[in-house]
Amino acid sequence: MTRTKEWLYGWLLLLPAMALLVLFTHYPAVANLWHSFYSTPRGSRQAVFVGVDHYRQLADDPIFWQALSNNLWYALGTIPLSIALALMMAAWVNGRIAGRSVLRLAYFTPTILPMIAVANIWLFFYTPEYGLLEQFLRLFGVPTHNWLGSQSTALPAMMVVAVWKEAGFFMIFYLAALQSMSPHLAEAAAIEGASRWYFFRRVTFPLLMPTTLFVLVNAVINAFRLVDHVVVMTRGGPDNATALLLYYIYEIGFRFWDSAYAAALTMVLLVLLGAAALAQFLFLERRTHYQ
Amino acid sequence: MSSILVDAPTVLRGDIASRQSTRGSINVIETAAAWLLGILWVLPLVYALWTAFHAPEYSTRFVLSAPWTLANFINAWHAAPFARYFLNTVMLVTMVLIAQLVLVTLAAYAFARFRFPGRGLLFALVLVQLMIMPDVLIVENYRTMTLLGLKDTILAIGLPYVASAFGIFLLRQTFKTVPRELDEAARIEGCSPLQTLWKVYVPLARPTYLAYALVSVSYHWNNFLWPLIITNSVEARPVTVGLQVFSATDQGIDWSIITAATLLSTGPLLIAFLLFQRQFVQSFMRAGIR
Repeated sequence: MTRTKEWLYGWLLLLPAMALLVLFTHYPAVANLWHSFYSTPRGSRQAVFVGVDHYRQLADDPIFWQALSNNLWYALGTIPLSIALALMMAAWVNGRIAGRSVLRLAYFTPTILPMIAVANIWLFFYTPEYGLLEQFLRLFGVPTHNWLGSQSTALPAMMVVAVWKEAGFFMIFYLAALQSMSPHLAEAAAIEGASRWYFFRRVTFPLLMPTTLFVLVNAVINAFRLVDHVVVMTRGGPDNATALLLYYIYEIGFRFWDSAYAAALTMVLLVLLGAAALAQFLFLERRTHYQ
Repeated sequence: MSSILVDAPTVLRGDIASRQSTRGSINVIETAAAWLLGILWVLPLVYALWTAFHAPEYSTRFVLSAPWTLANFINAWHAAPFARYFLNTVMLVTMVLIAQLVLVTLAAYAFARFRFPGRGLLFALVLVQLMIMPDVLIVENYRTMTLLGLKDTILAIGLPYVASAFGIFLLRQTFKTVPRELDEAARIEGCSPLQTLWKVYVPLARPTYLAYALVSVSYHWNNFLWPLIITNSVEARPVTVGLQVFSATDQGIDWSIITAATLLSTGPLLIAFLLFQRQFVQSFMRAGIR
């Protein structure tokens, strides 16, 4: 094949995928920035250039700040916990444990279910007075409590759902990594008399670093991307206690139909995700060169 | 990201190797803890199963002698056009998967085996989608779909996801492991690049295709926010949105019917998962090692 012909082949093979990718990923990201500088067209009123007005509005919008801080707390609350659980689960079902395959199945099943179905089930689980949680707590004399209905417990209750849903998913990646590790390491450590915890801390965990970072990146994306359960369980309430950023964008864009302000809000989300991408790029490249 | 990539073949082989290997033995306390966690993990599901298969008066009372019933499922099935929702979802996941497989294969082939100006830049542009997924670009994609006149169609639900960066990435890794000699042998036999792709690369990448297909199908079966926004008729709604419309409106708080509908809508995927558990888990593993 001549050089020009190879070029042409390469480009032509890429064309369909690239065209769609540009249309639904790159163009919207750029158009989003553009539209955030214009007003929302309403009826016969055309969109007019408003400069940074929406960003000023955003800076003064207490709900935006609450959604942002909710989302950060949500990320902080769910990510470390689900990663720690995932690691523990993987260590258990990788070892010799009674009923290993049943446990594996139990941990992994929530991953397969749609978040919306999961949310319905948990909504029922949290039901005041009749829900399973309430019935269980009553046995211990805990007074009845509306878990999703009160400001202080609504967000933590949502975090529990997210951890439950995600831990099994992350477990799979740890399991894959653990299974690829040489058994000689453990044998050598056992001969040397190292304790399991010591072995985990000094050998297994460092070796799992690439997996941890991979899982971390996925967890961060999911913390900002997945709001299905908010739509089903709380609609951001009570009093915005469970509003996450993407949910707020959805409300502004598709319940109040203010697409320009929603575009400005989306920019914040894109910047956050971009920062995560950059951090991943810099961090992953540096930290994972031990092999 | 690079060292994770290198690991891929080792991991898959390691799965077999470690089966005979010594593993840390686990003491009683830990076994108990593992089981406690396992029970906690299935509890919400078991609870939902209990409620769905019993009459409403037992939905929150646990009496072992309570009679089992399918009435909730029948009522739910008749209360909303679930048959149509299922059809929509099946059409959606099939359409998305087929289109993805074609586009992703061509693009991955280009990146794996062709040299052309701009390759690095274009690949970087593809990777952008791993971070900035269509899920968060709802405002602009809604605008685009309105302009294209595709609003409220199944095509509109799937289209933003068709050029999947994840798929391109995954398949490119696989294609790169195909020995050059096979490629050259096919060329000498007179195969064109597309014939080589079809006869050499695609068959060798079968496990990757299976892994990708399972991940894609379960992703699109479960997707919710974008379909919720872009559809507003029974004819286009997938089952996730149908379920939400059903349980949010006229059901009040009849949990028996709602949980039955919930299990119904996840049923096919859940059954497929239980039957092909091993493949599912391995597919997710394979897909995750990128």
